[in-house]
Amino acid sequence: MIEERFDAIVVGAGMAGNAAALTMAQRGMKVLQLERGEYSGSKNVQGAILYADMLEKLIPDFREEAPLERHLVEQRFWMLDDKSHVGLHYKSDDFNEEKPNRYTIIRAQFDKWFSSKVKEAGATVLCETTVTELAQDAYGKVIGVKTDRRDGEIHADVVVLAEGVNGLLGTRAGLRERPKPENVALAVKEMHFLPRETIEARFNLKGDEGAVIEAAGTISRGMTGMGFIYSNKECISLGIGCLVSDFQKTGETPYGLLERFKQHPSVAPLIEGSEVKEYSAHLIPEGGYNAIPQLCGDGWVVVGDAAQLNNAIHREGSNLAMTSGRIAAEAIFQVKSRRDPMTKENLALYKKMLEESFVIKDLKKYKDMPALLHNQSQNFFLTYPQLVSKAMQNFVRVDGTPKKEKESSMLRSFVSARSWTGLFGDAFKFARAWR
Amino acid sequence: MSTEVAVRVEDKLFYNRYQVDPGRAHIKVRPHTTPSPQLKALLKACPARCYELNDSGQVEITVDGCIECGTCRVIGEASGDIEWSYPRGGYGVLFKFG
Ligand SMILES: Cc1cc2nc3c(=O)[nH]c(=O)nc-3n(C[C@H](O)[C@H](O)[C@H](O)COP(=O)(O)OP(=O)(O)OC[C@H]3O[C@@H](n4cnc5c(N)ncnc54)[C@H](O)[C@@H]3O)c2cc1C
Ligand code: SF4
Repeated sequence: MIEERFDAIVVGAGMAGNAAALTMAQRGMKVLQLERGEYSGSKNVQGAILYADMLEKLIPDFREEAPLERHLVEQRFWMLDDKSHVGLHYKSDDFNEEKPNRYTIIRAQFDKWFSSKVKEAGATVLCETTVTELAQDAYGKVIGVKTDRRDGEIHADVVVLAEGVNGLLGTRAGLRERPKPENVALAVKEMHFLPRETIEARFNLKGDEGAVIEAAGTISRGMTGMGFIYSNKECISLGIGCLVSDFQKTGETPYGLLERFKQHPSVAPLIEGSEVKEYSAHLIPEGGYNAIPQLCGDGWVVVGDAAQLNNAIHREGSNLAMTSGRIAAEAIFQVKSRRDPMTKENLALYKKMLEESFVIKDLKKYKDMPALLHNQSQNFFLTYPQLVSKAMQNFVRVDGTPKKEKESSMLRSFVSARSWTGLFGDAFKFARAWR
Repeated sequence: MSTEVAVRVEDKLFYNRYQVDPGRAHIKVRPHTTPSPQLKALLKACPARCYELNDSGQVEITVDGCIECGTCRVIGEASGDIEWSYPRGGYGVLFKFG
């Protein structure tokens, strides 16, 4: 057993764990961080968009040294049917600002840098160490962790669970349930390398400008899911994710979906001639507010994806992870400064602070959305995209049909596919869940 | 696009780096004669196609290509069909980009 005792042990060196370890170390606490990967980032998968604001709160001058790819000046939303896309594009020169708001990053590289900041702040970071269990006393209080190293039990006043979406340790210790198939999406992703100039030409970009495409529609074959295409400096991240329960039900394969997405006529030209250098997969928490487990207990708190803090509607996760990690660390520091014990009651300060932040407020706002999209996935991901595409084609094709006839045939196709009550019902439910 | 696309997952896994831990499979399938619906779902849902049907109709796992996503745990651990953990520290998939 490592005799040394720590103020806090952080399990995991992803976005949440790094934010927590950094914040506590900066305040002079004695922190041990454990990571199973070869280095921080070697197990982590993301799109990935980095939201600057949440990182600025931790490392104000991060732009000077963090490995950033492109700052985003354009967002494209595509609704796809098999042969077409209907798009909403927003591009603005305002995003070419001194301190841009969003960047693309490559997680393995970014996390490695983030981790170097954690070490500089004074935390002990131990990689290649898998935590196998939480150490608990006779009353169930968490007193440390057990690892797969020899004599691997280590003690601390508090354990920060930043173990990511699977939440294995929390489940094993009976602190939470395992994620349910309907509350997590499986995303598969590839990294496509192309010369810089080719990427800039294909996405219509200048210099370090970047663009992202989010796509939904028949590519997910009626399942609740989305595709994404993000431009980095010299590569394109391309992937697709759908709910695990939908994969289970339909028997679709994740790589089959990915391949079809790549072959879509709107997508294929963007990656033509690229060299693929990695294939990865990861789960994303999508259950929203109703799927959040207990956030703290005697001797422990849970942050980031492990607490299912993910906003699937806005595709935000890493910023919620960083923010919850930072807030948990601040709460722990306050409890420690008062020389109070790390009990559930005292650590509830973390929960209170998180509820006052955008993290819980945003998740609460969309609390009915996951269930709606899940129960109506056929309509939102198959029927509507096809109808909209048909309507657009009808609108732009000039073939001598009188406009009035065109309009009523468009309307008829919507009504025959979904009926009036279905259409109004969906619109109403959507508006309510969005409110 | 409703036609099936032929995909060889092995080709995709070939891009990745792994540190294999010989003789220590981090996921195990419970011995069975007829596979449960959950086990059958894993044949399709695993993104690395680690689950295969053997000649006598049972589901088997080879963990070497596993990308540690956790999908099979979410589908098959509750029913006791599989036992799931992470590889030992430092072993398993090593993402260069992620
Ligand atoms: C395809 C995809 C695209 C995404 N796109 C975006 C996006 O564009 N923007 C955005 O904000 N979010 C995005 N997300 C979500 C985002 O990636 C996550 O919300 C974020 O990574 C969560 O951070 P985390 O620190 O909680 O978990 P993770 O980053 O998963 O970190 C968990 C860490 O814990 C370690 N660990 C786990 N168990 C153990 C153990 N037992 N012992 C030791 N170490 C352990 C892991 O190795 C890992 O390093 C995306 C996710 C995916 C999958
Ligand atoms: S963890 Fe993911 S990649 Fe590994 S066997 Fe399970 S489903 Fe397949």
